[in-house]
Amino acid sequence: MVQSPSNPAQSTNRIGLTLADYKGAPSTLCDGCGHDAITAQIIKAFYELGIAPHQVAKLSGIGCSSKTPAYFLNRAHGFNSVHGRMPSVATGANMANKDLLLIGVSGDGDTASIGLGQFCHLVRRNLPMIYIIENNGVYGLTKGQFSATADMGSKSKVGKLNEYTPIDLCGLAIELGCGFVGRSFAGDPKQLMALLKAAASHKGTAVLDVVSPCVTFNNHEGSTKSYKYAKEMETPLHELGFIPFYEQITVDYEPGSVQDVELHDGSHLRLKKLDKGYDPRNRELAITTMLKANEEKQFLTGLMFIDEKKPDFVSMSDLVDAPLATLPQERTRPGKEVLSKIMAELM
Amino acid sequence: MKTLAADSVQKTEQGRVVNDFSIQVATVNGSGSQSSNNVLMRTIFQMGIPVSGKNLFPSNIAGLPTWFTIRVNKDGYIARKRETNILVAMNPQTAFEDVKALTPGAICISPVELKLNDVRSDVKHYQVPFTELAAKATETLKLRKLLTNMIYVGVVAELLNLDDNEIEKAVTGQFPGKPKVVPLNVNAIKIGREWTRENLKKDDPYFIERMNETAGKIIIDGNEAAALGSLFAGVTVVAWYPITPSSSLCENLIDYLYEYRVDADGKNTFAVVQAEDELAAVGMALGAGWAGARSMTSTSGPGISLMAEFVGFGYFTEIPTVIFDVQRVGPSTGMPTRTSQADLLSTYMLSHGDTKHIILLPGSVAECYSFAGEAFDLAERFQTPVFVLTDLDLGMNNWMSDPFEYPTKALDRGKVLNAEQLEKAGEFARYKDVDGDGICYRTLPGTDHVLAPYFVRGSGHTEKATYTEKPEDYQNLMDRLERKFQTSRKFVPKPEIHSEPNSKVGIIAFGSTHFAIYESRDQLKAANVPTSYYRLRALPFTEELRKFVESQDRVYVVEQNRDAQLRDLITLELPDLATKLHSVRHYTGLPIDAQFVTDEILKQEKK
Repeated sequence: MVQSPSNPAQSTNRIGLTLADYKGAPSTLCDGCGHDAITAQIIKAFYELGIAPHQVAKLSGIGCSSKTPAYFLNRAHGFNSVHGRMPSVATGANMANKDLLLIGVSGDGDTASIGLGQFCHLVRRNLPMIYIIENNGVYGLTKGQFSATADMGSKSKVGKLNEYTPIDLCGLAIELGCGFVGRSFAGDPKQLMALLKAAASHKGTAVLDVVSPCVTFNNHEGSTKSYKYAKEMETPLHELGFIPFYEQITVDYEPGSVQDVELHDGSHLRLKKLDKGYDPRNRELAITTMLKANEEKQFLTGLMFIDEKKPDFVSMSDLVDAPLATLPQERTRPGKEVLSKIMAELM
Repeated sequence: MKTLAADSVQKTEQGRVVNDFSIQVATVNGSGSQSSNNVLMRTIFQMGIPVSGKNLFPSNIAGLPTWFTIRVNKDGYIARKRETNILVAMNPQTAFEDVKALTPGAICISPVELKLNDVRSDVKHYQVPFTELAAKATETLKLRKLLTNMIYVGVVAELLNLDDNEIEKAVTGQFPGKPKVVPLNVNAIKIGREWTRENLKKDDPYFIERMNETAGKIIIDGNEAAALGSLFAGVTVVAWYPITPSSSLCENLIDYLYEYRVDADGKNTFAVVQAEDELAAVGMALGAGWAGARSMTSTSGPGISLMAEFVGFGYFTEIPTVIFDVQRVGPSTGMPTRTSQADLLSTYMLSHGDTKHIILLPGSVAECYSFAGEAFDLAERFQTPVFVLTDLDLGMNNWMSDPFEYPTKALDRGKVLNAEQLEKAGEFARYKDVDGDGICYRTLPGTDHVLAPYFVRGSGHTEKATYTEKPEDYQNLMDRLERKFQTSRKFVPKPEIHSEPNSKVGIIAFGSTHFAIYESRDQLKAANVPTSYYRLRALPFTEELRKFVESQDRVYVVEQNRDAQLRDLITLELPDLATKLHSVRHYTGLPIDAQFVTDEILKQEKK
């Protein structure tokens, strides 16, 4: 049952809820943390889309980023799992109830190190969920160790240089066959909002790798995950616009200048081309573009790759309509005659 | 000390040993002998005589030695028997050792070219030209190796006097839906049988005679039984990772699910994932349990070790799921194809911090089936991971059983509140002990009510599931979890107690050890040591334990591990009675046998 808004004077979304209904507990992260900026966009995106909060399940692993599901959507069930293992919990939750909209928030430590295996297999199964990596290149909660996404040559707060090759989670996701891969920046709310909304409309795993500066341990000169560095280096591939399925589509652009992607629920993602050659449907191009950008230390953002037609885990599971968790005994316990038949075969 | 086994061999009618011996077939793994051995076992079973079949196999796919043992016993003893009476020595690699291990008077059937009669003269040898006979059975070279196995079935059939009709029935049952294969195999058996009749003179005491002890009984292994239990418990989510000896549990379950749990429109009422590892498997099971499904996973020791962190999470956040542990020999990789009961202690307290888990301990294939059902009910009733501990012997070997009974109890889905109940209650706190039994109410994701949502966290949490580091909050939570665990003592399966009037000696055992105890108690009684027997069926212990230990002068805790794990747990439970406890441990990787138990107890009793 949808509760009517407490103050009718406040503006409401299409299901009659206010922005406040999508908020969570106050954040306990450091002032200025990139994660809080992402949280704010999640709240806004879900509010504007008019998603019923009770249909959402929010999940996370361990780390600063993984605390954030407590800071949005208080009206949704939440699950703060063990370090790096959120993908398996999300998979189980989806198996039990395919109608839940799953949003997972992880970090670069949680996903690129301890949880790399589960991340890969989640993508491989194309589990329908929004998977956000709040990527800051450091372990914040344990005070500033490098993570596996730290760029080579990036300097830590205590002056150490990272010597190892970074793991590019977008590149990895594309390699693994992910059907929705976006990269963004906590300091680019407009782009992030469009990607979040599109991810919510995608049927399959939507990976969003969002550079989210750690103001305490990785925002200094020499860091490649700082606000300053990201702001200076960000190179958007396109301007993104999102038109939800319940709004009228208008044509207000010159033919050829915009690429239109129709998503599973009928919503549209509009990509206004900036770099003429980029086509996010071209997997090879996506990979070569990213490799080149990494070499040139460019910080590319936008929709890196999309294959909205790829079959997702639920369609492959061939399930009955009702969520498995809701099936009554009559549908899950075979009859007495079945046991008798099996017993006769074993005699 | 008398050897009681020798006694039983002497119990013959005019030098005949009828329906009381064991047959061992030594072959190479990957040679296809499993079908032949099943035909042999099934035929004897169909003739009404109690049997059990044990496969002793290597952790390998092809080319290494494997032994299949069929125990035939008119009294219904189906534990492992140490001595072999009839050896079929088909494997040149081990034939020499196999023959050397025989007791005098045993018989040995072997390919003529192995010349085993030179090895032992106190054994009755039947030498058979298998290669020649296989050539008669088929012109196809590829099939000869397979049909050689059926030829030894024919030789044994003739020597033991097995019924031809029952053999044909067993072959038909072995190859369902392959009508062309049946006559080929039946013919190979006939060739072996006719050659034996014409060329060998029976000169041994072993005979099979029809009985009526198996009518209406089934033969099944514990893994398939547990799969059936899960099927009829209405499992909806299965996540697993292959590992010997548990793989066949989920594989059987998947087959049954596709056969019996697909709706009329072809849609599944279940979901299965072969996970990337055991961590993911149990994570999926917990995710599904949280979201309201009946979920499970199955594994063995190494998988249990990997699941440790998540299991502690499940205990602390109170999420139901069922975990089957088909135990194998550890530590580490150990011996993956050998049996053990050495996961008891580590599983009972699996994970860091103060953790304790409900563990069910089936002692038969029938209990593998019924306890699987119990486990799902207990998991949802107590909102916690529940373990079912079996072992390789129970899980992968063939056991005779009464047919399984259809469950009479409705599924117990535990304390779950829906939107309507929340509306009526007007308040909800996920971890509040409303009923005083330590078990709280939960809501499921997707419930359309503002009171429903809560936040699952493995960190310290309040009654309302919010984060806390307050000392009293943490302690209250831990005390309430303990209260819940204490409540479970009244719900887990009670022990099965077999009392002998005036016995001074008690035996406590669990799981597959039961079969050896069942037989050993008769042997001990014959040696003037009557015993009472407490078959433990679950942890935590129930109130019957103290009474039982108090009622006996000495209690032998018999188990298949090195460290006396169950004895140690009983010591913790009943410290004041600890001096009454004695230990009998078998940990070779082979299933425990009755003679071992009898000898050990008599030795400790100084008889």
